[in-house]
Amino acid sequence: MRQALEGSQAIARAVALCRPGVVAAYPITPQTHIVEGISKLVADGVMDCELVSVESEFSAASVALGAAAAGSRAYTASSSQGIMLMSEVLYNIAGLRVPMVLTCANRAVGAPLSIWNDQQDSMAVRDAGWIQLYCADNQEAVDTTIQAFRIAEATELPVMVCVDGFVLTHTMEPIDLPDQDVVDAFLPPYHFARMLDPARPISLGTLVDPAWFTEARHSHHHALLKALPVIEQVDRDWQAATGRAAGGLLEVIGPADAPTAILCLGSVASTFTEVLEDHPPDDPVKLIKLRAFRPFPAEALRAACIGVKTLIVLERALSPGLGGIVAVEVQAILATVPDAPAVHGFAAGLGGRDMPVELLPDLLAAARAGRPGEFTIADVQLSKLPEEDR
Amino acid sequence: MPPELDQTALDDLRRRQPRFRGLEAGHRACQGCGEALAARLVMESIGPDVVVTNATGCLEVFTTPWPQSAWRVPWMHSLFENSAAIASGVEAALKHQGRDGTKVVALGGDGGTFDIGFQALSGMLERTHDILYVCFDNEAYMNTGIQRSSSTPHAAATTTSPSGKARMGKRHLKKDLLSIIAAHHIPYAASASVAYPADLRRKVRHAIGIKGPTFLLVHSPCPLGWAHDAARTVEIARLAVQTGLFPLIEMERSEVVGVMPIRDPRPVTDYLSLQGRFRHLFTEGDPRALEEREHLQALADHTIAKFGLRGAGPDPLDSDGADTVRRGGNSA
Repeated sequence: MRQALEGSQAIARAVALCRPGVVAAYPITPQTHIVEGISKLVADGVMDCELVSVESEFSAASVALGAAAAGSRAYTASSSQGIMLMSEVLYNIAGLRVPMVLTCANRAVGAPLSIWNDQQDSMAVRDAGWIQLYCADNQEAVDTTIQAFRIAEATELPVMVCVDGFVLTHTMEPIDLPDQDVVDAFLPPYHFARMLDPARPISLGTLVDPAWFTEARHSHHHALLKALPVIEQVDRDWQAATGRAAGGLLEVIGPADAPTAILCLGSVASTFTEVLEDHPPDDPVKLIKLRAFRPFPAEALRAACIGVKTLIVLERALSPGLGGIVAVEVQAILATVPDAPAVHGFAAGLGGRDMPVELLPDLLAAARAGRPGEFTIADVQLSKLPEEDR
Repeated sequence: MPPELDQTALDDLRRRQPRFRGLEAGHRACQGCGEALAARLVMESIGPDVVVTNATGCLEVFTTPWPQSAWRVPWMHSLFENSAAIASGVEAALKHQGRDGTKVVALGGDGGTFDIGFQALSGMLERTHDILYVCFDNEAYMNTGIQRSSSTPHAAATTTSPSGKARMGKRHLKKDLLSIIAAHHIPYAASASVAYPADLRRKVRHAIGIKGPTFLLVHSPCPLGWAHDAARTVEIARLAVQTGLFPLIEMERSEVVGVMPIRDPRPVTDYLSLQGRFRHLFTEGDPRALEEREHLQALADHTIAKFGLRGAGPDPLDSDGADTVRRGGNSA
């Protein structure tokens, strides 16, 4: 049944449907409404879980890790500085190969201090060894949250569900929340083979010398690569269960043979989907909506780029001193493709700057005027800066 | 087999055996390691039905060089500063699963407890998780090569608080962690020492029987870091108690409810002179050395007075014989 729900409330309800045993969290804008929602569901007796309100994000991630290692389905959520503070634990969770789900309500990372949306936080931990899935709208956020538990438990990898702060978390949308029995059938009870259990004692998190570390890293890398078909399959299974897919690894929207494509992650994909509906048909443009950023769906991207001459990569993060993060990865992945498209990298929407519908024609014009491989912050207003900083 | 001695009963009996060693021999600790001794005693007293979390440090490193492990109980190491938070998660999970009977024990050194893991520990105590946290206090960062921690005693030399023309070792006082722990008003907190194994065992058993957060600070000499003869670990640990420098106390809800009495306090120099970390306090003709020795004596005197440690009975020594016989390890 569709109902009007704020993104965060919908995510909280989706988490509840997954029956986590332990939820640990520390408040940070714009993640707060998710945790508040869960707290109320627990207080109302709707959710039967141990809610641990901790003293820092570092402990939030650690409590979730301890709980998952002890055999409970575990969940946490954070944003921005919280993700930064967690980052040591995030690497640890993934390296230990302990499954759990984290919602990242995407927000800029200071300084300067900004509570508003971009995706610098999750991009900063892209190498932590987590699966990262980006959501374009709140229905995807709900569906991806539920799928994330199944993916995590099937792969023994943690999953970060990335949801644009405010743009999604604080926005009301009509949402179809699945019934509990649908989710129960889709998500069997959590069983962790390496569970901490006195009946079968194991040592988890031991010291590994150079004779073994490389092999551990190799296994981890391959576990992520092997997660690619799992992510696709889980989305197909979800579609079979609910009639609704959430975007697989990536989704191509628009004419398949368009010579121009725009690749982006997160809620801006929804904006561009609408813009492209009114786009002139004599200038065919397609949208490549990247849902899985880690593992990176290289094959799917290459397939989506067949026939594309101009590829615009739009991202809401920045690697200062280099430029784009996603753009550089996309370029590297397409480097082996004959007739690879010219890649034009843009950042926009940093620290909550709106991404209006006019952005799309502006990007098309800028790409056509610019040189391939160039990177530009598309919406910077240089007139605000002193001459020497422009 | 009589019906009352079925397999479950036998398993129960096995579980009751004080011989069960959660931490086995054969690990890679240094000779005379106080922490290894303390950890063995703690784990023996807890038994097998436990989940252990361990902060990064010597104990974690010397017990689990992959693919070996000295642990016979489920054990998890995550990071340096989150042993208490990992344990909190384990405890929450066990509670949710209805496995409340399984104990949760968090272990850490003084670096992981007094310093970098302090916030997570405070959170664990405030949230009243049912966890025994044990800090093995060897008074410096030994695993990384003997750097000063906030638990390092005043005037002790470490690699980051060396003595020299301008300095007499660590300039600051040892952090009074137990008082801070006490301020959380937890049901039970105590200090113990490897020199008093019967006392240590009793405190562990008492703490583990309490529902709620409990804390144990175990003085654990480090022959390498303290620069003392590895054969004298227990003697040095006992002198720390007998001088008043490391008081053995018990607290319930922040009130001191028990102390290990000292009949005949020893001068602090008896303790200091056996350790290389205090060698600079015995430099002939250096007035600063005398001043620091007097300072440390004054600290010990203050502690003895504060806790009323002067006792009338004989000094408790290692009178653990009955327990040893029961464990079958010593017929002498």
